[in-house]
Formats: sequence, C-alpha cells, structure tokens
Amino acid sequence: MIDAIASLGRSSLNALEVFGRAFVFLLRVLASLDVVLRRFGLTVVQIHSVGVRSLLIIVVSGLFVGMVLGYQGYITLVNFGAAEALGGVVALSLVRELGPVVTALLFAGRAGSALTAELGLMKTTEQLSAMEMMAVNPYRRIFAPRFVAGFVSMPLLAAIFSAVGVMGGYLVGVGLLGVDSGAYFSQMQAVTDWNEDVLSGVIKSIVFGFVVTWIAVFQGFNAQPTSEGISRATTQTVVISSLAVLGLDFILTGLMFGTG
Amino acid sequence: MAESPVADSPHIVIENLCFRRGRKVIFDDLSMRIPRGQVTTVMGPSGSGKTTLLRLIGGQLRPDRGRIWVDGQEVARLSTRRLYALRKRMGMLFQSGALLTDLSVFENVAFPLREHTDLPEDVLQTLVLLKLEAVGLRAARDLDPASLSGGMARRVALARAIALDPDLIMYDEPFTGLDPITMGQIVSLIRRTNQSLGLTSVLVSHDVAEAMAISDQVVLIAGGQVVDAGAPDELEARASDWSAQFLQGRPDGPVPFHYPGSSYRDDLLGQRRDD
Repeated sequence: MIDAIASLGRSSLNALEVFGRAFVFLLRVLASLDVVLRRFGLTVVQIHSVGVRSLLIIVVSGLFVGMVLGYQGYITLVNFGAAEALGGVVALSLVRELGPVVTALLFAGRAGSALTAELGLMKTTEQLSAMEMMAVNPYRRIFAPRFVAGFVSMPLLAAIFSAVGVMGGYLVGVGLLGVDSGAYFSQMQAVTDWNEDVLSGVIKSIVFGFVVTWIAVFQGFNAQPTSEGISRATTQTVVISSLAVLGLDFILTGLMFGTG
Repeated sequence: MAESPVADSPHIVIENLCFRRGRKVIFDDLSMRIPRGQVTTVMGPSGSGKTTLLRLIGGQLRPDRGRIWVDGQEVARLSTRRLYALRKRMGMLFQSGALLTDLSVFENVAFPLREHTDLPEDVLQTLVLLKLEAVGLRAARDLDPASLSGGMARRVALARAIALDPDLIMYDEPFTGLDPITMGQIVSLIRRTNQSLGLTSVLVSHDVAEAMAISDQVVLIAGGQVVDAGAPDELEARASDWSAQFLQGRPDGPVPFHYPGSSYRDDLLGQRRDD
C-alpha cells in the first residue's frame, strides 16, 4: 500500500519534472527566435522537410475524408429533403473540426515523429554536443528553425486539408449523387461564417501546430541517447501529441462555441 | 582570481575538482596542470571519467566544487557569450566523429567557418581544402558522412576541429576501434597537428602504447584522483603498483580481477546450505 503511494508520488514528481524541463526548453527556444529572421534560409529548409513533405498524406487524407463526408451527409440529409445543404455540412465539419484535428493527428504521425527521431539521433551521435563545442548554439541553429517550421506549416496544412476535403465532398455529392453544383457552393457560402467558423478553425490549427511541434522537438531533445530511447521518444511524441490535440480540441471548442 | 595567459603558464589548470553524477562520485579533489603547446594524455580505466573531464574543460558540465581555468579564464563562471568565445579557440574531436549527418564532408569542415566568419566563398573553399588536404581526405570532400569508415570520420572531424585554428584541441578516445593502419595515421596526424600548429593537445585514452608514444606528459587517473603524472619514460621507470598494472595491462594486481564481493568459499558453501 505504502509502496503504491510512494510510486504514485514518484511518478507524479517525474511527470512534473519533465513538464518543467519542457517549459524551460520552450522558453529557451522562444528566446532564440530572432535567428529565424536573421537566417531565414534555415527555417525554409525545415518548412520544406516538415511541411512540404507532409503534403501528400494531407491531400490524400483530405480528399477521402471529404468524400466520406459527402456520402454520409447526403444519406442523412436526403431523408429530410435537404440534400442541397450538403455543401454547408461538409464545409462546416471540415473547417471547424476535422480540418484542424485530423491534420494535427496526421502531422504528429508524419512530421512530429520525424522531428523527434532526427533530433534524438543527433543527440545520440553527439552532433548536438559537437555543435556546442564549436560554439554554435543548438537552440538557434537546430531547435528554433524546426519549431517555427512546424508552427507555420501546421495551419497551412490544415487549410489545404479543408480545401481538398470540400472538393472531395463536391466530387461525391455533385458528381456521384447528383446534388446541384450551384446549391453545393451557395449553401456553403451561406452557412459558413468567417469569424465564427473559419477563424475558429484557424486558431485551433495554430494551437495544435504549436503544441505538436513543441512536444516533438522537446521529445527529441529529451530522448535517452540510445536506440531504445529514440524509439520510445518517437512513440511518446505521437501518443502525447494525439492526446493533447484531442483534449485541447474539446477545451477550445467549449471556449469558442460553448456559450452560444 | 584570473591568471593572465602568459606564454609559459599552463594552458589548463584544474584545482580541487569534485564532480558527481547522481550518487556516483566521478572526481574527488582532482588537480592537474596541462602545459601549453604539448601533448598531454589523460589515461585511466573505463568509467574513470575521462570524457567527463573533457566536457568539464569545455564548459558543457559544471563542477560541483573546485575550479577549472582555461587560458586564465575560469570556465564555469563565464557568461554564455564568453564561453562561446572561448570555445571558438578550442577544438574537440569526439570518439564517434560526431559529423553532421545531413551535410557532406566538405560542408562539415566548412560548418564552423560558415557559422563564425563571413569569408567569401572562394576563400572558404580554399581553407576547407587546405584542412582536408592536411588529413588526406581532399578527394573525399563530396562524400556523405554515413559512407565514411570510422577512421575517415575521425579524420574529417579533426579537419573540422582545426578549421578555426584553435590553440587547444581535445581528443576523446582517438584510438579506440581502429585498424593498425588507421591507428598509425591518426597517431601521426595528432603529433603533426600539434607540431605544425603549435597547439596544446589533450587526449583521453586507455590505449597505453599509442598514448605513451605520442605524449609529452601522461596523467593517470583512477578513483576520481590523479594517481601518477609525468613524462612517459619517467612514469614507466618509477611506476607505482597500480600504474605498473595499468601500463602493462596485467589482469590482476591492485585492481583485482574479481568484482569485489563476499568470498568465493562462503558463496559456494552458502549455496549448498540452502539446498
């Protein structure tokens, strides 16, 4: 019994310690952000590897999610004779929820895990240490550009996801199921509010981008310098990011729409 | 507090250094001086904290107690900016080479130059080729670090370590895991680098023959303290029991072959009693 309490205490202390270290790490990265303006090239390279290389999975997933929404939405709406409202349903689901959330989950799996593994490997092979000994600050040279790249890429990827999803819904709804093309888009325009819907989605995707990148970069930085440690850190990135995204989505949704 | 860096003053002074990792005491009141312009090798058994010592000198770790001066500056008390300024005059060769895997051999050597200088591209190119030529790898400039052998990676890392013309270079286990030819190349490179650039070299190693052949001064550490120090021949002549065992690689002696524990006899008898 006492053992159980002690181990509970120990693991809570450990968790708190990790959280504290993650926060200090974040502050240090934020303090190094001026490097992004001074050496923009470093960040561009990272945006390419984090953002551009995630495009394929985002576009394909967006297309399929949109197509499924088209089907499911139509099947329900047609019962009420409201099949024309399909455009609005698809767009709202994507822009408010599925765009930011699914993109963040995919982003954690594709880019987040890659970031963690890369940084963990750099740590294990003493590259970060060597950089420090060459008087090059790894926070500026390595962490800050990656952090900004993730933070910038994620909202853009979410926007692309939603746009492609809308087209997927169009393909199924209009192309396959015979919803009127004009109605699809005019309904979409009528029900989607810029502030209420689009902006709230954008804010979500910015928050998710921040959190997922923070977790991924910190896990790489904090990884035990062994092959086992890297694999654990990579798994942790995906698991913690996914949980954080879903939890935060609930909180953000509550804050944005809860009072309405 | 700060000693002025006079030409014949020691390059590195370590006084009463104490350092522990968790509960394990790595250094317990260790003091040594590393003379300028010479090759000094710190030798000791595995786990005696040799690499830790280099990290303490480089300011990557802070001593729990005691002081370390490099070039008259106390490392642990420097601001980040001054520490980085000091590190620009230090080269460090990691055991694995620690080359940046996303850059070619050429770019790895160019890395410190690109980070710290504003040299025009053609000057930079000349400098990098000079350094690569010095380690015999000019023709390998376009290779990927992943395709280099261990010895080649260490030579590239050496070229990178001397890219900024430091006055101190530290080698972490430079002889470990090399074939005889590569070993000979590294040994002669270290000696040659030391002579031609007139820099202070600090090695940590447990390869006795190579270290003794190459060094002006050898420091033996064990149990967190300096056990013996002096010129190689001097050390061999008057070695204490422990040093003699270490230098000659005898399996048993002051450092026992058996991991300390209860006596063999008691253990066997105790087991029979349990049955």
